[in-house]
Amino acid sequence: MELSGAQILVDSLKREGVEYIFGVNGGAAMPIFDALYGETEIKLIPMRHEQGASHAADGYARVTGDVGVALATSGPGATNLVTGIATAYMDSIPMVAITGQVFTHYIGSDAFQECDIIGVTRPVCKHSYLIKNSDEVADVVAEAFHIAKTGKPGPVVIDIAKDAQMHEALFQYPETVDIRSYKPQVHGDPAQIAKAAALIKEAKRPMLYAGGGVVLANASEELRQLTLKTQIPITVTLMGLGAFPETHPLAMEMPGMHGSCCANYAFTDADLVIAIGARFDDRVTGDLSKFAPNAKKVHIDIDASCIGKNVPVDVPIVGDAKSVLTELNKQVGIADIDPWRDQIQEWKQKYPFEYEQKADKVMPQYVIEQIYEHFSDAIVVADVGQHQMWAAQYFKFTEPRQWLNSGGLGTMGFSLPAAIGAQLGCPDKTVVNINGDGSYIMTIQELVPAVTMKLPLKIFIINNMYLGMVRQWQELFHGKRYSAVDYHDNPDFALLAQAFGATGLRVEHTEDVVPALQKAKGITGGPVVIDFIVDEEENVFPMVPAGAGLGDVIRGLS
Amino acid sequence: MNPEERHIFSVLVENRFGVLARVAGLFSGRGFNIDSLNVAETHDRSISQITLVTHGDAQIIEQIYHHLNRLIDVIEVTDLSTDTHVERELVLIKIATDDPQKRTEILQVAEVFRGRVIDMKPASLVLEITGDEGKLKAAIDIFNTYGILELARTGKIAMLRGAES
Repeated sequence: MELSGAQILVDSLKREGVEYIFGVNGGAAMPIFDALYGETEIKLIPMRHEQGASHAADGYARVTGDVGVALATSGPGATNLVTGIATAYMDSIPMVAITGQVFTHYIGSDAFQECDIIGVTRPVCKHSYLIKNSDEVADVVAEAFHIAKTGKPGPVVIDIAKDAQMHEALFQYPETVDIRSYKPQVHGDPAQIAKAAALIKEAKRPMLYAGGGVVLANASEELRQLTLKTQIPITVTLMGLGAFPETHPLAMEMPGMHGSCCANYAFTDADLVIAIGARFDDRVTGDLSKFAPNAKKVHIDIDASCIGKNVPVDVPIVGDAKSVLTELNKQVGIADIDPWRDQIQEWKQKYPFEYEQKADKVMPQYVIEQIYEHFSDAIVVADVGQHQMWAAQYFKFTEPRQWLNSGGLGTMGFSLPAAIGAQLGCPDKTVVNINGDGSYIMTIQELVPAVTMKLPLKIFIINNMYLGMVRQWQELFHGKRYSAVDYHDNPDFALLAQAFGATGLRVEHTEDVVPALQKAKGITGGPVVIDFIVDEEENVFPMVPAGAGLGDVIRGLS
Repeated sequence: MNPEERHIFSVLVENRFGVLARVAGLFSGRGFNIDSLNVAETHDRSISQITLVTHGDAQIIEQIYHHLNRLIDVIEVTDLSTDTHVERELVLIKIATDDPQKRTEILQVAEVFRGRVIDMKPASLVLEITGDEGKLKAAIDIFNTYGILELARTGKIAMLRGAES
């Protein structure tokens, strides 16, 4: 049967099992929105800004592991999606971003709302397509979903000209996708895996270093088996939190700039680092010349270009974390490293995450601790900044996909729309959004769809009236010259929440923190916003200053 | 700093619009160098061949190899420099020949480089010379002394020696 390109697009998305499309309507995408009108199998979620649409699709993908879908019109609609596409790209999140494009005969003429979005997004997406004919739609959608979710996942952009949306073509959805130039390597080289197992056997001070790749590969179970079987201490990065339970004695917690002293000292002293789905990011390694100087490195990654990029590697293993760990687990036993384990325990006990309770101040770390007490099973979506680090430090994650944040791009404004996507993806879970006062206001408009859909989001603002992380750096490295970080002129977020139709609370005293959280727990008919007015100049510690080695971590409390 | 090496990559790609931009964008975005670049259809019209000359230390070269492979439209990447290969480049040189004496001399020099005259006007001629990098450099250096009016070169193309790779 002949269908319009827009209808073929919608039917193709159904074939891919898409539940939600997050979008903002506009001229060059109108036929697609028209095809979605009254559609019941796919729910269209109208967001208030295209950035919100791409972050919501991203949040949905992060909690479900399925491909998130965002939709926008051409030109400004498409460019507004870009931050969300780049965010997903940096964290390897499977997403398909669909943009309308002007009529094919206008392309290249600087037409109204025309933008070469394929050109704009080229460096921030895994792949992209420009569709000029209706008969290409089905094949492109099938390829785009295949590419987005296989190998190292990532966002794929589909730009579709308006006439290709309108013209009719025969709908035939491909049963299989075979791209001759795209064959991701899943299984690791057995010889390399055997080498890794041999190194594990010899090592006296080994450590596991797991990242977001473990979560993406759904390999948390295999990671747990490896850790428990070998009893090797493990650090999990910001992107991987929850891949191994932070509450376990072998967990050294997060490494890096604001990571635990234990994990950082372990890197500095280790004789073997086994990296799994982690990429030796600069926020983890600090000064590369001082990073794990005595350690042999095993690096398991699906992306060959990630191996040896920052740190020379002794045993590279290209493959899917789940497949490689399954093989590795067959070849390892308990490691004979008792003195090393004792050392790790000593560091753990000596240098826990800690803060000073100042008189008459609500301490941000205390708020996070209490959020953890009351919502330990929740999905936590953090934004970017100090609150993100405190959340990573003081909330003890135990399950993969329980912790969402923009770790790679560090996108402020990510969390509220991502929390909407997360809540739709996991309707039976509690979704907690830990936000900052600076980041919250960047995408605050997305409170509208959250209220409309009556999503029971718990939105907790750690409000220090500053762009806190930047202020911290200004305090430490710029002589307290607080340039453009003073946010005391922000509106009253509790009142503003009420104006949006949400419940809004303001907490200014420590003793009110717990009652407010308890109250929030009881509110299930829509979003609740709690504005926690916290100590303005509290800093995130420990801290490895930019350019320093991990051994030079400042423990804080000075 | 490790020593820099010159490498020739042969990259087989899908013959589609936008592929060259992806390859070029990869180099500019990641700060890799392109010394020369040649793109053309192969005998299979659905496949184009990009011959790309670049330089960098061993770690950079390895990164270039992996990043090229990571592009969805890239079918195959071969680092020709790791094996024996043949390489050629073609250059067109337009030289002023205002007096007949000079013209004779230029034609003699062209003979040495096995150059072919492909156009001749009263005041200038165009030579076609093929060869590897060293030969073309030597030729250009000498013709420079006669006054080169215009010069165009194809960029390098290359191939592994022996049986089909």
